[in-house]
Amino acid sequence: MSEPAYLDGNAAAGPLSEIFSVDVTTARGHCAHCGDETVVARAHLYPDDHGLVLRCSVCEGVLARVVQTPGRISIDLRGLSWLELDVE
Amino acid sequence: MSTAWRVADVVGARTETPSARTLRLRIPGLNGHLAGQHVDIRLTAPDGYQAVRSYSIASALPGDEFELTVEELVDGEVSPYLVRTLMVGDQLEVRGPVGGWFVWRPGEETPVQLIAGGSGVVPLMSMARAHAAAASAAPFRLLYSVRTPASVYYRDELDQLGRDPSAPLAVSFVYTRETPPGWEGPPGRLSADRLRAATIPADASPTFYICGATAFVETVSAWLVDDGHDPARIRTERYGGIGGTA
Repeated sequence: MSEPAYLDGNAAAGPLSEIFSVDVTTARGHCAHCGDETVVARAHLYPDDHGLVLRCSVCEGVLARVVQTPGRISIDLRGLSWLELDVE
Repeated sequence: MSTAWRVADVVGARTETPSARTLRLRIPGLNGHLAGQHVDIRLTAPDGYQAVRSYSIASALPGDEFELTVEELVDGEVSPYLVRTLMVGDQLEVRGPVGGWFVWRPGEETPVQLIAGGSGVVPLMSMARAHAAAASAAPFRLLYSVRTPASVYYRDELDQLGRDPSAPLAVSFVYTRETPPGWEGPPGRLSADRLRAATIPADASPTFYICGATAFVETVSAWLVDDGHDPARIRTERYGGIGGTA
């Protein structure tokens, strides 16, 4: 069986929980590349040994990159022009 | 240091199939979980090498315990340990339960169609159990595509849930390689026609939860959209052997 190329954005809930105090996978995001608006959970997730990449499910543009190194987490969110979070 | 990782005690284990095992874990202080959530498990080798994998929760329990069902992947880095080696009394590093999107909450009344490919049944079983525990009147159906009768998870409990008058669950099976005795027709993959016949029709506006391998999830989702289902009501969770150390 070949490995899937990507998972759903909801699988990023664990690593993102280390950065954000709310569940970002249920947030709505706006793709800076194509303008698509949808929940982060519907993005395409490409995990790797050093972090993860979230790509737009419509245009495959990079929405977010998280890179972990010892003692440091770097986050590049330039592909998300906004995020809308539900708060209690 | 991250505070997201916690230590879970392995408080129970049982065999589901020759290649899958259900583990019951306890995280002191945990206050329940949502049906459909997952946890990440981190194993650390003596040389410091770490591997992280996500596993769906199968249970719908209040309190500080939950169950995972793990399918052993040949050449896997984590699943063979969880299925073959880990013992009751051992401990595991766990992050979660997490995920607020691929979840079903008691109180939702819209019809729900669950579609599982193989071990993708795990988070859907959590939803079916939550539905039963809540005595929910929401119509629930499960379409479960599986290779052989021996690879079916939770068969007795699914039969039981199918007969529960307070929260009915209609279960349909598709056997892709081998059928049980007395089964009508040959084994075969799910098709658009079989999918249509075994799922809630579009005019009832069901919410779909589909979990399985990527190809299964994409094929089924595309057929549903072709049949007039609203893509906004289709929620998917692909699984795979990929994962990182994040």
